Parts: sequence; structure tokens; C-alpha cells
Amino acid sequence: MTKQYKTLGDDIWKNKVEKINAELFTLTYGSIVAQLVKDYEDFTEVNKQLEKMGYNIGTRLIEDFLARSGVGRCQDFRETAEMVSKVGFKMFLNITPAVTNISADGREFSLVLDENPLAECVELPDQALVDELWYSNILCGVLRGSLEMVQMQVDAFFVTDTLRGDDMTEIRVKLIRYLEEEVPAGED
Amino acid sequence: MNATHSSSSSGGSGIGSGPLSHGNSPTCYFVMIGTKDNPIYEAELVSVNTARSSSGGATISEAKKEEFRHLNQFIAHSALDMVEDLQWSSNQMYLKVIDKFNERFISAYLTAGNIKLLLLHDAKSEDAIRNFFNDCYELYIKTLLNPFYEPNSIISSAAFDAKVRLSAKRYL
Repeated sequence: MTKQYKTLGDDIWKNKVEKINAELFTLTYGSIVAQLVKDYEDFTEVNKQLEKMGYNIGTRLIEDFLARSGVGRCQDFRETAEMVSKVGFKMFLNITPAVTNISADGREFSLVLDENPLAECVELPDQALVDELWYSNILCGVLRGSLEMVQMQVDAFFVTDTLRGDDMTEIRVKLIRYLEEEVPAGED
Repeated sequence: MNATHSSSSSGGSGIGSGPLSHGNSPTCYFVMIGTKDNPIYEAELVSVNTARSSSGGATISEAKKEEFRHLNQFIAHSALDMVEDLQWSSNQMYLKVIDKFNERFISAYLTAGNIKLLLLHDAKSEDAIRNFFNDCYELYIKTLLNPFYEPNSIISSAAFDAKVRLSAKRYL
């Protein structure tokens, strides 16, 4: 099952996706974070803003993802995890984070990123280390936004980050609930 | 103040291991100077590859070390004029030895962004210094890629400092 997703992801990356220079991408994201830090001066606020930006990106990105990959509905949350890591991340960032620590009830998983193209050559200032800045928090927002558009309300957050001196970069994704299709108010 | 300083230090060396000239310390002084003549990084690097004098390994008293530090900054600063003169005559980044002070030489490396890397050293091979400068230049480029680093500001990263010292150990 995972092999199939992997080949699908590789195939889409090779053929159907337009590429952009990695350094340009890294520097652009870096200047966004640096500017947010300068403007807000409060790292919790910066985290929140990055997550909000990611959410807006995610709600639009999911359409792109479904159009290019043409995959159907996932059977369970485990499948969602595999899809996100092998196809989603591969398609947009050309990385495949490992899915680990799947909880017993299958409603939580961790993504371990062994390389993070957003954070190449970045060193956090000392104040950011004290105050808990999650540099790549935009990714959590993207996960939340895109999964919400496919009827899953999730909570995504960073557990560890190599930029802060930890061994690895890990994002934890928790499923809160499946959203039911609601009839818009005003229709009978 | 300078006069009393030097008299005490020469007194110290008389008791110690014979008169030491200013240029006998095995340390190199490395400084990176920004576009406004502001130092953005300084380091005193102990080199292991210089020819040792007969009194080699002699300890330098603290007062003398302090004097060296002030002197190093003056020497480097005065060499800046030489760099600015020479930069128009050569299209190389590595400007080799540009100035001499007592027994010490000053080598310079000018980056594309007009950052001057200066090294105060004793007699040393040009290639070694060129390699060291190239290494430091690459480290500087990586620092520039960090979005939190203001160009032309002081480089305070401990990782950068460690890597410069490692490179100095390897080449100097």
C-alpha cells in the first residue's frame, strides 16, 4: 500500500509539477519569518501568524493536490498519514517525512522530517530559543487547512525541531473529529 | 598610559625568558570588517605551524597580551587604506600581503560584497592563508543566508566561531 503511494508521489514529482529554485524558496520563507519577528516581537504571536498563513495556504493547496494526484477517499486515518507523507510532501517539497508513533486508536501520528527545505542555513537568535519559536510552523497550518477541506478536523503542532537543538524535527498530527457535511442554512 | 604599559611589560619579559619582540607571538589575529569600516568578527587564532623562536613556548604576560589586542586593532585599521588602494588594481579577491608592521604581515581578502577579511600573521605560506580565507568566505556566505542575520552586523554565532577556529587549526 505504501509502495504504491511512494511510486505515485515520485511519478507526480517527476512529471506533473513545476519546479522552483530551492534557495529562492528558502530565502523567501526566511524573510517572511524574519519580518514577522521584527513586526510582532512576540514569538507566540509569530507562531500563530505562521499557522494562520499555513491554514490559508492549505485550504487552497488541497485542490491542487487532488487535481494532480487524482486519488480517492482514504479508508482510515492511517491511510491519510501515508498519503500526506508520501504523496503530499513529496509533491510540494520533494521530501518524504517518516510516519511514526501511530497511536493505538489510530487517531494520531507523527511526521519526522529528516531534512527541511524551509530551514536551510538558518540559525535562530537566542531570544527565539528561549521563547519557543517554531520556525516551520507554516507547515502545521498547511496540514490543518488542507485536512479540514476534506472533512477532517486535526490539530498539528511541532514537538521537536533541529533548529532548536533537538535531534530531529517532528510534527504531531491529532485527529479531533470527522466533519459531517452540513446543509447550508437557508436551504430546506 | 601607553608608556607605563610598555615599561611594565618589558620588565616582565626581562625576568622571564629574555626580551621578546612584539612580533614573536604565535597567534594570528583575524578580523572581518564590514562596509562601514565596522568590525563584524574578530578572533585571535593560535597557530601551530609557525617556526618557533629559540625561546619558543615562552609565556607572554597578561599585560603584553592586552597590548597586543589593542595594537592588533590599530594595525588592522591602518591596513584598511592599503586594501582600498589595492582593490582597484587587481581583479582577484585574495590580495596577499598588503602591509607590514614590525615583524608581522597583514594579508587581506576582499569579498564581492566589499567585506574585508584581514589576517595579521608571521611569515606563512600564501597558499595556507588563501585556503583559510576561502573557508572563511564560505562560512560568511552561509551566515548571510540566515534570515535572522542583519548584513553588516556583528556575527555572534558560536557555531561560526567554532568553524573559523577549526579552519585556522587546519590551515594555519
